[in-house]
Amino acid sequence: MSEQPIIETRALTKRYPGVLALNAVDFDLHSGEVHVLFGENGAGKSTLISMLAGANTPSQGSVILDGQEIKFNSVADAQDNGICTVFQEFSLIPTLTVAQNIFLGWEPMKGPFIDHRTMHKRAYEMLLELDFDIDPNEITSHLSRAQQQMVEITKAFHGDLKVLILDEPTASLTDKEVDHLFEFVNELKVRGVGIIYISHRIHEFSRIANRVTVLRDGGKIGTVDMAETNEDALVEMMTGRAINEVYPKIEKGPEEVLLTVEGLRTAGIHGASFELRAGEVLGVAGLVGSGKSRLFRAVMGLTTRLAGTVILHGKDISHSPTRNIIREGIYYLSPDRKTEGLDLAKPSKDNLTINLVMGDKVGGEGQMVKWSEVNAEAATISDYVKLREGYRDKPVSQLSGGNQQKVLFGKCFGQNADIIIFDEPTVGVDMVTRAALYMLIKELAESGKAVVVISSDLPEVMHLSHRMFVLAHGHISAKLSGDDVTEEQVLKFFFHETGAKQ
Amino acid sequence: MTTEANTTGALDPIRKTFIKVGVLPFFLVGSLIIFAALSDKFLSVQNFVNVARQSVYLVLVSMGQMLVLISGGFDLSVGTSIALTSVISALGMVWLAGIFPDAIWLAITLGAFMGVAAAISVGLINGVGVAYFDVSPFIMTLGVSSVGAGLALFLTGGVPVSRLPFAFGDTFGFGRLFGVPIPVIIAAICIIVMWIFMSRTRLGTQVYAVGGNIKAAQLSAINTKRTLMMAYVICALFASLTGLLLTARVESGEANLGSTIALESIAACVIAGVSLRGGIGRVENVVLGAFFIVLVQNGMNLAQVNSYMQMVLLGALLILAVIFDQLRYRMILSGYNRPQFGFRHERRTISNTRSSQAPTD
Repeated sequence: MSEQPIIETRALTKRYPGVLALNAVDFDLHSGEVHVLFGENGAGKSTLISMLAGANTPSQGSVILDGQEIKFNSVADAQDNGICTVFQEFSLIPTLTVAQNIFLGWEPMKGPFIDHRTMHKRAYEMLLELDFDIDPNEITSHLSRAQQQMVEITKAFHGDLKVLILDEPTASLTDKEVDHLFEFVNELKVRGVGIIYISHRIHEFSRIANRVTVLRDGGKIGTVDMAETNEDALVEMMTGRAINEVYPKIEKGPEEVLLTVEGLRTAGIHGASFELRAGEVLGVAGLVGSGKSRLFRAVMGLTTRLAGTVILHGKDISHSPTRNIIREGIYYLSPDRKTEGLDLAKPSKDNLTINLVMGDKVGGEGQMVKWSEVNAEAATISDYVKLREGYRDKPVSQLSGGNQQKVLFGKCFGQNADIIIFDEPTVGVDMVTRAALYMLIKELAESGKAVVVISSDLPEVMHLSHRMFVLAHGHISAKLSGDDVTEEQVLKFFFHETGAKQ
Repeated sequence: MTTEANTTGALDPIRKTFIKVGVLPFFLVGSLIIFAALSDKFLSVQNFVNVARQSVYLVLVSMGQMLVLISGGFDLSVGTSIALTSVISALGMVWLAGIFPDAIWLAITLGAFMGVAAAISVGLINGVGVAYFDVSPFIMTLGVSSVGAGLALFLTGGVPVSRLPFAFGDTFGFGRLFGVPIPVIIAAICIIVMWIFMSRTRLGTQVYAVGGNIKAAQLSAINTKRTLMMAYVICALFASLTGLLLTARVESGEANLGSTIALESIAACVIAGVSLRGGIGRVENVVLGAFFIVLVQNGMNLAQVNSYMQMVLLGALLILAVIFDQLRYRMILSGYNRPQFGFRHERRTISNTRSSQAPTD
C-alpha cells in the first residue's frame, strides 16, 4: 500500500458553534481496499463522511483526491468526481418504482421523453449484476427495509465509481443479504474501487475490512490493519472498556407461567404455541420476514389474529384490543422508535408521562391527573434509565439514537407490566448505551418480570437469553435452551423450520 | 467561533419566545402599533371592551378547533355546525312556542337541545369517518360541511327563521349579569373548563399524545379512535354553543351564520402556536389568538379598510402564520432552543442530523 491514496484527508476539522465535531483527522483510502470507520454514535464518523460525500464543508484541513486538493460544493459534485455515498437515511421516493428511483435525475431519454423501456431494462440489468432479487417495476414502499437498502446501493452504484461510502449498510439486512452485500463489496475491491465502510457490527469487520480507523469524541484514536487486531481490541479502542463488560450475566431462571400462547395464527404466522415464565429472558431470532416480530405483534393485538388463544394470568386475551392487553400487563417496545415509539417533537418528560397517566402506578383513579406525582415519577424513571438531566427538557428528536432508546425503555416503567417485549432494542445504539440498556433488561428479569428480546443481532440475543426461539417462514423452528444455544444451532434453524440445511 | 456565538446571543430572546409561544406576540405587538397609528379610537378602553365582547364567538369556536388540531386533524365544518344549530334551534323554538305559549323557557330549552343534537351528529359523523374509516380530516369535514350547509338551507328555504321567543335574544344575546354580558360569562366558564380539561385530565393528555404520534399513543394503551371521536364531538359542541349565542344575538335562525369561521378559527389557532401536525397547543394562547383576529378585524374597520380587502388580509395572515409554524416546527426538531449546559454531546447530535439529512433535502 505504498502507492498514492485515492482519497485522503489532512487535519480535517469541523467546528460547530461551541463544539468540535471533528478534530484534525488524517484519513486515507487506497484503491481496492475496504477501510472501516468505527466509533460510537457521535464520535465523528458521520461528520467525516459527510464532508467526503460533499454534504458538508470542513472548517479547516483539506480533502485530497488523487493527489489534488479538492473542495466539493454538493453531493452531486462529489458524485461527478466518482464518490458515491449510501447514507443511513434513505433517499428513495416511496411512491415511485424501483427503476424510477434508480434513475432519478439521470433518466434515459428518447427525444424529450423518458425512455421507460430502456430505463426498466437497464435497472433490471443493474439489479441482476448486483444479484439483488428485486423487481424493477415494484413500487418502492412495497419493499422491505432490507430491499430498499439494496435499491439504495444500486442507485449509488452508477457511473464511474472510485470511492463508495457505505453508512451502516447492514443495520437492517439479514445475514443472507449481508453475504450478498459482501460478495458485491469484494467484486468492487477487485475492480479497484475504494470503500469506506461505517458499521457497528464488529464481527463483520474480519470478513471484509483491510484497515480500521477508530474515532472517539471527534478525534482519531488510531488506524490498524485488520490482520493485526481483533474485535476485543477494537472495542477497547472505541470505548476504553472490554467486551465482556457489555453483556451482563442474568441470574434468575424461569418460574411460574405468565403467558400461554396456543396455536396462534395470523398472516405470516402458522400456528405458534409457547409459554412465557416469570424471571426469564426469552430471546427470539430469525431472518427479516421470518415472523419473529409479527408473532409478538399478534400477541399484542397489533395485527389481526386469525386463530389460537393467548392466555395471560389465566385470562383469555385472544380478542382484546391492544390497550387492554397493555393494561393487563404486557408492554411492547416498538423496533421503530421514530414512527411508532416516541412523540418526536416533545421532550422526554412528556413521552414518559403519557404512560404514567394511562397506567395506575401514580395519581390514583379518576379523570384528574396529579401532575406533581406524575412528574416526580417521570424524573425517577429518567434517573433509572440514566438519561442525563440536560436531555430531559428537549424534544427527543434532538437526542441521539441511544438516548431516544433510553426514553423508549423508560416508557415501559410507566405501566405496571409483568411481561416486557423488546423488539430490536438496540438498533443504531452505541456500545456504551447498549451496555446500559442490557443492565436494565437484567434488572427487569431479576426482579421477576418476563422479558422477551426480539433481535436481528445474534450475539445480543444469544448472550442475554435463558431460552431462545428461532423463527423461520412463520414457524417457531427451534426452541433452544442451555447448552443448545450456540451460533451453529441457531443458524441451522434460520432457513428451514425442520433445521435441515438447504 | 466567538463571533458566531455573539450573533446568536443577540437574537436569542426573540428566538426563544418564538419557539415557546409562536408568532402571536410579534403579530400582537405589530398590529397594536399599526392600528394605533391608523386610528386614534383604537387604543381606548371602550374599544377593547367592545373587542372582548365581539371575540366571544370566535374564542369558543377556536377552542373546539384547537382540540381537533391537537388531535392531528382539523375541522372545516364548524361553520356548518353553527348554521345547523341556528336554524334547527330557531325552528324548534318557534314551533314549540306555538304549542306551549305559556312555557316559553321550556320551548327555548327544548329548541336549544334540538340544535345541539344536530351539531353533535355532525361531530359524530366527522369522528366516525376520521377515526374508524381513516378518511382524511380534510375531505371528511369538507364533505360534511357541504351536507350540513345544504340541509340548513333546505330547512329554511334560504329565508331566516324569525319571531323567536323574545326572552331568548334578550337573555343570551343582550343580557347582562352584574354588568357583564352573558356571552362573555359563558365564554369565561368555557375557557376555564377547557383549560382544566386540557392540562389536568387524562382525556386531555390523551388528545396531546394521539396528535403527537398516534401509533406511539396506541402502544401506550390509549383508545385512539375514541379520543379522536371525542375531539370532533367536543369541537361540534363548542360550535353549537356559538351557534346558539349568535342566534340569540341576531334574533333569528340563519343558515349563513358562521360562513367564514372555519378559516378564522384555524387562523386563530395557528397564530396562537397550535401545530398543524398535532400534539402542540395551549388553551390560553388560543384564546389570545382568537382575540387577536377580532382585534385585527376591529382595527381594520376603524381604519376603514374595505371589507373585501379585509378578507384578503385575513387569508394572507393565515398563510403567514402557517409559514411561521413550519419554521418553528423545524427549529423545535433541529434544536435551536438548546440550553447552555451539556453542550458537547448535544451539538454533536446536531452535526450528525445535519450531515445525514443534507442529501435528502
